[in-house]
Amino acid sequence: MPGASGKANAYPLGINPAFLLAAVFLIAYPLFASDFFTFQIGAYSLILGTIALSLTMLAGYGGMVSIAQMTVAGFAAYIMAILGTNSVGVMGLGWPWWLTAVLAILGAALLSTFIGAIAARTEGIYTIMITLAIAVAFFYFVRQNYQIFNGFTGFAGIKPPTLFGVYWRDPTPFYYLTLAIAAFFYFAVLYGARSSFGLGLQAVRDNPRRVRALGINVFLHRVVAYFYAGIIAGTAGVLLVWFNGRVSPGIVGVDMAIDILVIAVVGGMRAPIGPFLGAIAFVLLENFAIDLIDRERFNTVIGLAFLLVVLFSPDGLLGIWRRMESRIRLPRANVRWGGRANRGDWHPAGSPERT
Amino acid sequence: MLKIAGKTLLAAAVLALASPAAAQDTIKMGGLATLEGAFAAPGQDSIRGIRMALEEHKYTAGGKKIELITGSSDASPASAIRATRKLVEQDGVKVMIGPLSGSEGLAVKDYAKTQPNVTFINGTSAAQDTTLRNPAPNFFRFSTEGAQWMAGLGEYAYKVKKYRKVAVLAEDYSFPYTQVFGFLEPFCRLGGKAPVDARFWVPIGNKDYSSVIAALPDDVDAIYVALGGADAINFLSQYQQAGGELPLIAGSITVDQTVLGSKGKIRKTVIGTPSAGPISDTWDDPRWKAFVAQYKKMFAGKGGFPSPSLFAHGYYINTKAALLALDKVKGDLSDGGKKFRAALSSLKFETPTGMVSLDERRNAIADIFLTEVVEGPDGNLVNKTIKVVSQVSQTFGVPYKEFLKYGQVSRTNPPCK
Repeated sequence: MPGASGKANAYPLGINPAFLLAAVFLIAYPLFASDFFTFQIGAYSLILGTIALSLTMLAGYGGMVSIAQMTVAGFAAYIMAILGTNSVGVMGLGWPWWLTAVLAILGAALLSTFIGAIAARTEGIYTIMITLAIAVAFFYFVRQNYQIFNGFTGFAGIKPPTLFGVYWRDPTPFYYLTLAIAAFFYFAVLYGARSSFGLGLQAVRDNPRRVRALGINVFLHRVVAYFYAGIIAGTAGVLLVWFNGRVSPGIVGVDMAIDILVIAVVGGMRAPIGPFLGAIAFVLLENFAIDLIDRERFNTVIGLAFLLVVLFSPDGLLGIWRRMESRIRLPRANVRWGGRANRGDWHPAGSPERT
Repeated sequence: MLKIAGKTLLAAAVLALASPAAAQDTIKMGGLATLEGAFAAPGQDSIRGIRMALEEHKYTAGGKKIELITGSSDASPASAIRATRKLVEQDGVKVMIGPLSGSEGLAVKDYAKTQPNVTFINGTSAAQDTTLRNPAPNFFRFSTEGAQWMAGLGEYAYKVKKYRKVAVLAEDYSFPYTQVFGFLEPFCRLGGKAPVDARFWVPIGNKDYSSVIAALPDDVDAIYVALGGADAINFLSQYQQAGGELPLIAGSITVDQTVLGSKGKIRKTVIGTPSAGPISDTWDDPRWKAFVAQYKKMFAGKGGFPSPSLFAHGYYINTKAALLALDKVKGDLSDGGKKFRAALSSLKFETPTGMVSLDERRNAIADIFLTEVVEGPDGNLVNKTIKVVSQVSQTFGVPYKEFLKYGQVSRTNPPCK
């Protein structure tokens, strides 16, 4: 985020008023939104946004486009069903929710690390191919494995706990839960990007050969990035299974994996707010495109909308806003974007090795 | 950070505009079908079924206008729930028609329990447990389910065709499980065999059946095939190509018009194949003929099939039931639909395929058609009606408690050793 560039501290208390406005809006949202908008639009956008955030972190800061982020989230969702309780009668070991949740997130992070270890020696389109292959393999595996993953049917009846007298799947509590987790990871990514690890990762993105010459372990840097991304995606996966109440192979299918990529790309990969914008646009279109047009064609509207965004703004919704901002010359616009916008050396699919 | 605020405010404005105002003299009806993904073609035929019923009632029931709002899923339970939730919680429909496929129905039934004031009426989803185990008090199914659709086929295969041992080939999810159960249960009770290791379960969308064909045992009398759409065409043409000689027994959507009308080379394999289901294309009953004529009048040349599929039929019957019950209560849903649901429960009405009524778990009791594929007068393949099995109930006349002992449908139930 521009506010994070460290130069935007001319505001009172060092906080951008627009940021405060957004925060107040997000916190007050359930007060005026219906249950449907709180739960299915609000919470679902935040969950998808968080999964896409893990991709933005890998792709935007690390130059590694992984199609397998949905696989990681789905794996966490499956662990919740397998170790926790479900109503299907397969597995469902009945472990307490906090233990299952922690194990699910750790398991997802380990899977992500494993994917990273395989993919991190590749660049660009090869990373995409390898992660796509893993995603497809995982999809077919869970669909055909009946002993553990219960095949095509998957699991149903997975519920979040009732804690402090609150049932956490009720729309408003669940919304705040997703908001808190999304906000946590949003700031964690912002902070991480300025940490020495984050700077190192960006250096690896921009020129791995030079970084290697400096004595930094490029491979390890990338694998650790996958580990962190796995924690983000895994946590979102736990929320996703609580949201749906069920998990089946469809959730780790190629369609969903591509949806996450679309969300990240349409939102814009330059900043961690991008995936959330993309997710809001995606969820609104998914729910309401059918009201705009003939029911047999509504997927065309969704496709066209995303095509237009990407066609006219290669860096997504973020980029559109940035251009509008500089057109009307909002104060600070140039300071905020000046550094990176004009560099033109940002490679979403991994930077070519050049010296 | 301005941009976030901008975006969120914009979103808020969109949300504010989206809340609809309901007029007093309209009833909102939701129609959910799979308009995307593998079952998109059946999904479109489902919507045709809803429209036929609505048109017949001139879009009014009980003196009120009916407004249809369509929702779409991709046959996955999660997408069915999202679409249903949108129709119920956002659009405010009080009567829901749908969904189309088995696992979706199970999910929507669970969701129905959280919305006691909305009435859910099935589309064509035909998994057994949607109504058999833990039914929802506000979920109704006027279309029958997959095991009922097989009524009479097991006996026919054993007694008339004299088959004693069969292999099974079916897709790997809840609806084919239900169909296999419905066929094997009577077949095995009579003494037939279907060893578990001669049952082949393939994923939806499987294209290459050569390994399955090679693995089919030689010592069986027939193969029971429960595949749908493209899967059925792929298997049947590959089996004919491989020189397969075993006779077939087919599930309800394996030799329907969408398959028989295809260009695949399946003629030699499918002629003489018995099947059973909720409709029979060539039934020469005036009620069915009128239904087919109406379907052709409305949709011929506009994307409709040559003859209505069981999806159009199922959605038509369920929508029709909703409209008839609304007539009975004069469109009064002000009590959260209590009167309406009571009217639905006691509803008994004539459909294009005979009388339909409900059992105490709100599942249909209706006529089922035993059919066989023959060559029609103009060379087309059609299903000839062999027998109408009248008034089939979900438990096949067995008391409910005893029927539960048969166990849940699955890949190995019944064991049939």
